[in-house]
Amino acid sequence: MTKFLEVINLVKHFPGVKANDGVNLTVHAGEVHSILGENGAGKSTLMKLIYGLYQPDSGEIRLDGKPVHFSSPRDAIRAGIGMVHQHFMLIPALTVTDNIVLGDEPGGIRYHRSEAEARVRALSEQYRLHVDPTARVEQLSVGLQQRVEILKALYRKAKLLILDEPTALLTPQETEELFAVVKHLKEQGIPVVFISHKLDEVRAIADTITVMRAGKTVQTLPIGDATPQQLANLMVGREVVLRIDKQPANPSGVVLNVENLHVVNSARQEKVRGVSMQVRAGEIFGLAGIDGNGQTELVDAIAGLLPVAGGRIHFQDQDITHLSTAERTARGIAYVPQDRQLDGLVLDFTLTENAILRDFHKHPFSKFGVMFSQPAKAYAEKLIHLFDVRPKDITRKAGDLSGGNQQKVILAREVSREPQLLIAVQPTRGLDVGAIEGIHRQLLRLRDEGKAILLVSLELDEILSLSDRIGVLHGGRLVGVVPGETATREQLGLMMTGMSQEQATKEGTTS
Amino acid sequence: MSILTNPQLWASTLAMAVPLALPAIGGTFSERTGVVNIAMEGIMLMGAFFGVSFAYWTHSAWLGAIGGMLMGGLLSAVFAWAAIRLAADQVVLGMAINIFAAGLTTFLLDTVFGYGGTPPDTPQLPTWSIPGLSHIPFVGAFFTNQSVLVYIMLILVGLSHWFLFHTRLGLRMRAVGENPLAADTAGLNVWRLRYTGVIIGGLLSALGGVYLSLGILNSFDVNMTNGRGYIALAAMIFGKWTPLGSFGASLLFGFATALGIALQGNGISANLLGMLPYVLTILALAGLVGRSKPPAADGIPYTPQR
Repeated sequence: MTKFLEVINLVKHFPGVKANDGVNLTVHAGEVHSILGENGAGKSTLMKLIYGLYQPDSGEIRLDGKPVHFSSPRDAIRAGIGMVHQHFMLIPALTVTDNIVLGDEPGGIRYHRSEAEARVRALSEQYRLHVDPTARVEQLSVGLQQRVEILKALYRKAKLLILDEPTALLTPQETEELFAVVKHLKEQGIPVVFISHKLDEVRAIADTITVMRAGKTVQTLPIGDATPQQLANLMVGREVVLRIDKQPANPSGVVLNVENLHVVNSARQEKVRGVSMQVRAGEIFGLAGIDGNGQTELVDAIAGLLPVAGGRIHFQDQDITHLSTAERTARGIAYVPQDRQLDGLVLDFTLTENAILRDFHKHPFSKFGVMFSQPAKAYAEKLIHLFDVRPKDITRKAGDLSGGNQQKVILAREVSREPQLLIAVQPTRGLDVGAIEGIHRQLLRLRDEGKAILLVSLELDEILSLSDRIGVLHGGRLVGVVPGETATREQLGLMMTGMSQEQATKEGTTS
Repeated sequence: MSILTNPQLWASTLAMAVPLALPAIGGTFSERTGVVNIAMEGIMLMGAFFGVSFAYWTHSAWLGAIGGMLMGGLLSAVFAWAAIRLAADQVVLGMAINIFAAGLTTFLLDTVFGYGGTPPDTPQLPTWSIPGLSHIPFVGAFFTNQSVLVYIMLILVGLSHWFLFHTRLGLRMRAVGENPLAADTAGLNVWRLRYTGVIIGGLLSALGGVYLSLGILNSFDVNMTNGRGYIALAAMIFGKWTPLGSFGASLLFGFATALGIALQGNGISANLLGMLPYVLTILALAGLVGRSKPPAADGIPYTPQR
């Protein structure tokens, strides 16, 4: 195979960080080449160097054997490099066609819109990327927006396509469709560089894998030779436990008792339709389901963020159905929200301020409305050491931390309040393997200390490896509750589509 | 009710709309590329003052109009440089430009022309009647003895719409105002496009000022724009950041002013009608009279990452 893109000993420094430190990469024509690495390993920096968004300090990039220097994305585009950024570079208010042709529109002074639409139509036929050229981008789903991004690159005659964490925002179905598109592109002779930190995806789509760690390329290996364990170890740089061994649960009394709960969301749709369930002390109760089947509304109602339309919620034998969030918090309910940056932390606040966010108005942090900084600092110091938050600097702003460390700060704050019930929604979303392992260990430690944990996750693997009991939601109803030990992916997957527990068990074993 | 059927009221509505529509469309050009522009008031003052001055110096009202536009364009270029290159706060900057222009034109009026003000023998822009159209009953009033700038404005409204929505440059300018990073990665020059938008906007706004000093009169008074730059801002918002919408809103606001004048002495306060533009703008922004949404990147400076 011919070498299409070569990166030789690339170095890029930022103040205080070596983002890329001797990176080597060879992408051959007609292959899907995956760059695997944890967040912060330097994957995005490498791609920005290749795409001309950054200039390397030293090293060389070669295209078709010839050294190239890109001083801006314009140069990279001209040389045939197409890139789909993790955060789409689209203009929501404009149409699909406008977005695709922008910068290279057909016409003279006048913009020949109909000709542009015809070209986009032809292109989407050729590459089987179907999307309505006249639709406004803001009306499209995330999966379709990604197609527009890919078409944008192809319109500019990309000879190489870089996809930066392309599945981060996609549903499982959209991911499947994307993989089909990538395979089709490969057949058409366009090599694809696929950046990811998800092991199973990389193994499903890539021909070759290059692992990056701490700004360096660690190893390049063909897909056939790589086991998930080996890849995870290469990424993290130590032995990683992909599935944690846990002690058998030792549950005691019921902490949370939900009876026939109905919840209506802000758009006035009934999202929870009569759910009854119990969570006991010393167990992890996992809630599985396809996104949008009522999980969010159910836990928001339990946390007091959404009003209850019908039914009751009991916490430690007391009716809390109509208590405010603050009162529930005071009684011992802790909440790790789905969007850690939006609902979990104040990104512009320091770690100290974030650590006392829930209790700043109480002793010992304040008295008569005056806040004391010393107890807060001591408390924050304690938390970041206990939960191994890095960097260990309480004066840092929460926004400066990596996703995994942000999640540790939230977890530390919530857990140290000694709650009786911890609600964790997607606690490892967007985190890399090393960080996921850390969060999982903490959750299990809490369980073993006798806390009740309600875990909501879209990742079946996470639900399966942590939960003692698993409830499956479909259409706002609880389809069934199965023991974690005996549950299988197939069984849960079928239940998530609304099949009853008995039927799913039967189907799951016969197929 | 006889007032409403008087064609003179409607002709006057159109005339009153000119010094609102031109800066409103000017603001539209600037904000569509992502630069919040509240400096129309100051730029109009520059256009008004230097329009008269150049007309007096060159003895030509046309050269005066061009000179006034260029001076307004120059001030908007300074504004653009600070807003785009230096990434200054655009609202504060716009306010500063307005105060600066008010002070400068007052100072220059005294220094250059003395206490007598601009000389009475300064030429004025012509008024035209359109031969065929001016004889049509009722509608004819629109085309009888109107300042030439009324007709120029009508042409500019259509031209601006075509430019923004049907040319390649227009598409690029709108893209830059919605998502400059996306435009940059698509290979567009964000800064240059923003300069283009702000300066085109400045030329149009200054022409609105020229209309006040050379179109209606042939003299300049201190602060003669009298807040029209701010009403234009309201017209731009009420018109949903489009040239046609800005023109429509300007007509409505112009009507309020014309009606106020026509009703003088009838016991209805002109000041009360003068509030109409602002009330409508608040309603438009609150989403009560059609939803009005600014360009997504309006007011956010862009710094290319390199």
